[in-house]
Amino acid sequence: MRLKLNISNALADRLFSLTARGAALLTLALLLGIIASLIMGAWPAIREYGAGFLTRNAWDPVREDFGGLMMIYGTLVTSFIALLIAVPVSFGIALFLTELSPVWLKRPLGTAIELLAAVPSIVYGMWGLMVFGPVLARYVQQPMQSLLGDIPFLGALVSGPPVGIGILSASIILSIMIIPFIASVMRDVFEVTPPLLKESAYGLGATTWEVVWRVVLPYTKTGVLGGIMLGLGRALGETMAVTFVIGNMNQLNSLSLFEPANSITSALANEFAEAAPGLHQASLIYLGLVLFLITFTVLICSKLLLLRLKKNEGARV
Amino acid sequence: MSPDTSMNHETSSKAARFARRKRFNQIAIALSMIAMFAGMFWLAWILWETVSVGISGLSVAMFTENTPPAGDAIGEGGLANAMMGSFLMVALATFVGAPIGILTGIYLAEYDPSGKLSFTVRFINDLLLSAPSIIIGLFVYAVIVVQFKEFSGWAGAAALALIVIPIVIRTTENMLALIPAGLREAAYALGSPKWKVITRITLVAARAGVLTGILLAVARISGETAPLLFTALNNQFWKASLSGPLANLPVTILQFAMSPYENWQKLAWGGVFLITLAVLGLNILARMLSREKL
Repeated sequence: MRLKLNISNALADRLFSLTARGAALLTLALLLGIIASLIMGAWPAIREYGAGFLTRNAWDPVREDFGGLMMIYGTLVTSFIALLIAVPVSFGIALFLTELSPVWLKRPLGTAIELLAAVPSIVYGMWGLMVFGPVLARYVQQPMQSLLGDIPFLGALVSGPPVGIGILSASIILSIMIIPFIASVMRDVFEVTPPLLKESAYGLGATTWEVVWRVVLPYTKTGVLGGIMLGLGRALGETMAVTFVIGNMNQLNSLSLFEPANSITSALANEFAEAAPGLHQASLIYLGLVLFLITFTVLICSKLLLLRLKKNEGARV
Repeated sequence: MSPDTSMNHETSSKAARFARRKRFNQIAIALSMIAMFAGMFWLAWILWETVSVGISGLSVAMFTENTPPAGDAIGEGGLANAMMGSFLMVALATFVGAPIGILTGIYLAEYDPSGKLSFTVRFINDLLLSAPSIIIGLFVYAVIVVQFKEFSGWAGAAALALIVIPIVIRTTENMLALIPAGLREAAYALGSPKWKVITRITLVAARAGVLTGILLAVARISGETAPLLFTALNNQFWKASLSGPLANLPVTILQFAMSPYENWQKLAWGGVFLITLAVLGLNILARMLSREKL
């Protein structure tokens, strides 16, 4: 009787450990499966265009002529501008939350920023299209055009219809979306700075700004970079917010920030369900593969930087 | 130059430098406050629009009637079929995804906390956690939609489950790692086998945290649109089964909001309001749960 119980327990132990291990292996298989299925789906386009696909400026489903340059350009430019806006703002928020905020405000403000990260992207997209776009057109784009329109280089940047839909709107919405991610990582890594370091600097008469810029930031720079990369990864892969406001037009005739354009994710969202199997679909999957590899690289960089911070932290304590 | 004036000169340059540093600091602090204010301003603006326009779009019909044809009178039709579809897919995705996530979390925290496999799984899980969700949609399209030759609620639920898994893995592992080793050792000392220690002791002790993770995952997938675009697609009709294209809230909102029809746009705002309410509510609930426990 006793022996039987032991055997059944040992069996259950074995089974349970195997299931847990199996679940862990499943996660691994998932990643390999995603990569394999993307490569297989994109194969016709890879065979047809090779790596030249990335720099081909063409997208004509009727004549079956495809190239990814327009979408890749849209994705990279919107994410880049979004970072340009989001990084300084996030830094300001993190500085406020760690150094300036009264204690009773820290928690509610931090929570509010984190809730901003939880709002589904479709809400941002719809708000961007219906509310923010018209405001942007009326109060930013039109004045900028009348101000800069005649200046040779800057004029080209602001040409195009000022309707609040295009690269600039998409970038701004993206920046609003990634600010909470970057800000909360920055806040978290700022908080790992040993108080002793900060207090010594304050004790020597440094101002708040000098403490943050010369002590906290150098101590946490890998973590801050990791947080920025995390935000970049978000921006690159964001679909709904961009699809609503980027205008979904396949063009690369002007470099204007006001022109409607297209990104990898918005092209997929708009065209994939209706694309005919064949070269069109394969080209879209190829774009997806490119996006996956870009975000993958960015995320790996971010992960390695954050890991390095953790190690340093351990070494110094 | 007498020593006296040079000293004066030095103090005055020191004072000037001090004033400059102080001014610089004031500007930096002001900018930081503006940044904080800007962040709050967006949140307030988005929530305000969603609530004010969303509530005006709410009606009883929204919960009881199906999506109307384009250009119908305002107030006709609702989102009942879309809500049902979303509910079905989110429920199935959670019931499939959460156990796999919890089991993997258990493996990482209890069986092999510092092994090579765990390190790899953890690394890949972090990548999956922030992989673009539209890529998950592409994957499920290739694996399920192409094989069965139709868009279906099953495919949509599978795509959502793949988003649930990494979130639950992360929170489960973190929560299990917080359980003091003494608790496990005490159970082992009484002779209980490992599976019993895990299911009866550590998992029970960490249940609030694990539940928080599941709630966060549900919140995340309730608003996910991109992975449903070419898996579940959309449908105008009421359906309580997962086969074939299935209506769901996010894709319906996308379609309605992008349309020029006023009745559709109004419903889209109502839908966005509901989703925001649900997602923020779940997030706040999850926070309260985890705070209570920790």
